[in-house]
Amino acid sequence: MSSKRFFQSKLFLFVAVAVLAAALVVVIGPKADTSAQGDPLDWQTIAEERGLTDADLRAAVMTYMPSGQLDEYVMFASGGHSGQVFAIGLPSMRLLRTIAVFTPEPWQGYGYGAGEEVLAGGNMLDGQEVRWADTHHPALSETNGDYDGQWLFINDKANARVAVIDLRDFETKQIVKNPLYLNDHGGTKVTPNTEYIIEPGQYGMPLGNEFAPLSDYEEAYRGMITFWKFDREAGRIDQSRSFAIELPPYWQDLCDAGKLVSDGWVFCNSFNTELALGGIEEGNPPFEAGVSQNTTDFLHIINWRAAEEVFLAGDTVEINGMQVITLDTAIENNLLFFTPEPRSPHGADVAPYGDFIIVSGKLDPHVTIYSFQKIMDAIEAGVEETDQYGVPIISMEDSVEAQVELGLGPLHTEFDNQGYAYTSLFLDTAVARWSLGGENYRPEDGWTLQGTIPVQYNVGHIAAAEGDTVDPDGGYLVSLNKWSVDRFLSTGPLLPQNLQLVDISQGGDSMQVLYDMPLTAGEPHYAQIIKADKLNPWDVYPEIGWDPVTQSVSPDAVEPGEEGVFRDGNNVTVRMTAVRSHFTPERVEIRKGDRVTWTITNIERARDATHGFALPYYNINLSLEPGESITFEFEATRDGVFSYYCTEFCSALHLEMMGYMTVQP
Amino acid sequence: MATVTQTQSTAETTQQASSLTRLGRWLPLALGVIAVALILISTAFPYWRMTLLAPQYPGGLEMRVFVNYMTGDDDPQLDEVQEIDGLNHYIGMKSLYEAAQLERAIAIPAVLFMCVLVIIAAIWKARWAWLLAVPAIGFPFVYLADLGFWLAYYGQNLDPSAPLSSAIKPFTPPLLGEGVVGQFRTIAEVSTGWYLAVGAGVVVLVMIILKIWTQRETNT
Repeated sequence: MSSKRFFQSKLFLFVAVAVLAAALVVVIGPKADTSAQGDPLDWQTIAEERGLTDADLRAAVMTYMPSGQLDEYVMFASGGHSGQVFAIGLPSMRLLRTIAVFTPEPWQGYGYGAGEEVLAGGNMLDGQEVRWADTHHPALSETNGDYDGQWLFINDKANARVAVIDLRDFETKQIVKNPLYLNDHGGTKVTPNTEYIIEPGQYGMPLGNEFAPLSDYEEAYRGMITFWKFDREAGRIDQSRSFAIELPPYWQDLCDAGKLVSDGWVFCNSFNTELALGGIEEGNPPFEAGVSQNTTDFLHIINWRAAEEVFLAGDTVEINGMQVITLDTAIENNLLFFTPEPRSPHGADVAPYGDFIIVSGKLDPHVTIYSFQKIMDAIEAGVEETDQYGVPIISMEDSVEAQVELGLGPLHTEFDNQGYAYTSLFLDTAVARWSLGGENYRPEDGWTLQGTIPVQYNVGHIAAAEGDTVDPDGGYLVSLNKWSVDRFLSTGPLLPQNLQLVDISQGGDSMQVLYDMPLTAGEPHYAQIIKADKLNPWDVYPEIGWDPVTQSVSPDAVEPGEEGVFRDGNNVTVRMTAVRSHFTPERVEIRKGDRVTWTITNIERARDATHGFALPYYNINLSLEPGESITFEFEATRDGVFSYYCTEFCSALHLEMMGYMTVQP
Repeated sequence: MATVTQTQSTAETTQQASSLTRLGRWLPLALGVIAVALILISTAFPYWRMTLLAPQYPGGLEMRVFVNYMTGDDDPQLDEVQEIDGLNHYIGMKSLYEAAQLERAIAIPAVLFMCVLVIIAAIWKARWAWLLAVPAIGFPFVYLADLGFWLAYYGQNLDPSAPLSSAIKPFTPPLLGEGVVGQFRTIAEVSTGWYLAVGAGVVVLVMIILKIWTQRETNT
């Protein structure tokens, strides 16, 4: 084809038109794009208007949970001074449930006609009611050192109590009061198969909490660690099979159970080995200075399996009904060893393989890593030195594997699945990632700081996904920050704490804060994070007439057709059913002075078909979940007319779900 | 069916009256036994089911109706029939547990009696014996007709004093296909048991034709 013929051909015409069209698209195209950017529904426009960075968008995409999609993890967070526990979904950070534990909670009926016997378990030994708590460390039950999703325990620091929560219905089943001590701190932690729930004390005092003057501190005051026996079959702590060990009056703080190679041992940090007594008002150093004089305090190393044998052999003394292994017996039987740790540390955290124990410096910029093998070798070789109470002290040269300088105020360490450890830095208000140099982790990196990420602000504990088990998941970490300062709209001088979700899925120094969750309950101290598919809660109670306290059908449960009001002298029994949208009976006619025993059974089987029951004036409010049966009692002390009603918006005719109780003078 | 045709052709090729007699004796019986087996098996399966869909029941509610009883779906937690029955009180519908009490009470004896009739029809040589098997053909249709009657009766006889009586007027829920009651969309359909019963009816029909045909052949 000659060139002239080409220019005259149809092919040329076609090519020319195509080129022109393409040029037009290039010129007009961008204009069309600009007009699309003005579309208010376009996410890029929104992101631009809000000034969101790529990192923000990544965080949003990682945490946003479209309606109907479910979270991957559940975090059980201490409820702080609310005395409760919060269940929070991750990564969305949505609050899923408040679990009533130590404090009456009206929306669950807890303490307002239901759960009274559970709450009463938390009364002081003399019957004194305490209806709040400083909830500290939740602990999920474990099988072979991994969370099994069945039970949750939590301690009350203020009054040394431990609660048992059943994760089939997320309800508290038992509270026990430690009869030896006023308060505790480092509970709860569990042994690898939840044989025991560990509860160490905190501020030294005479065991049994009898009076002794402060001047007798050295002789009369003691520390302690309690091993509460958990009976899985019964779902209860069994005090008759529990024991404690008397310890020197140092302030035992936070413990962790050994696992795998170190199974059978427990490690606790302590402070105030100075035995400081405070007394700032008399010119003494205040506690804050007095307890920080020594360069080192003592890491407690306790052989709980050997202690269990001593307890079973009966070599104990009884104090307030608790079997206690005395300090002398503990020393004689090689149950207790010390090794120095940098002063006033916080936390003793066992690495996933059980081979190392990490103690955070708090007042020292290092974490100190102890080797379990070295400790065992030292005990094998014989320990000469003792403290003033005769407890053998293993030297740091014989126990320490490494020290890593992380920054200021190291507090608490958890682990991931990549061989990294994470330590909160309170003063630096950051979380440090560092490599564990042991052969099971990242020997190629050695014991080195990898990077830190600032958090807002003043982080206490951290919780990594299954981060204190033998099999951490990595991926997510939550920084439990004590101060939120400017992170949320102001609510006056009292601010929420800030739970920050951090992405730790990438290695090296790359970490990102994904989400800030305000939590308004004093100090939600610590949390544990479990894979959601390990939990298997009931949709509704298994059978109609269920008593959640006994986890069985109540003998008092009411069946449809047998409802009624029955009188025997001054004793009135009300037998009632609840179903959308009526109570049966709807009239309860009694007389002033009657002693009333009232049972209500929710005969619904549909998921979420919960009914409430409020009896105004008499301080009754119940939450009756599908299948649940509750019995409450009161004396009809006031005459008049009392309309009772359903307090859950159960149905379209919810307002009509009511009845009259008339009390004749 | 294939077996039947094959056997018939074999009978034709041999052209022996004796074999035809033999065939006329055991083949109807075999078919009768198959039909009876299908009928008996069908009682273990639902004949009809209704699915109710509403926003607040994301999984839907399913009611399965058998020959002589009703259940919900396989979810052991929730008794759907009880749930539907509970909801029905809002519109003033009578309790489902009171419906078709007579039918449900006599269902199993009636089915057994029908089976006996099929067997008698298969083996009895009398000329009109096949008539005894006719109820088995009609059974699934009679079942549906009766169900349709109860649906209409329940839908049309709502308690005028019920809470939602002003919003939901008497209606006839569809026996098959989709309907709407309040916020619920209903889907009604026949199920495994009914199909088995219809299958049994077809087998009985073949049995009757075969029986009449062999009677005619042997007579000529």
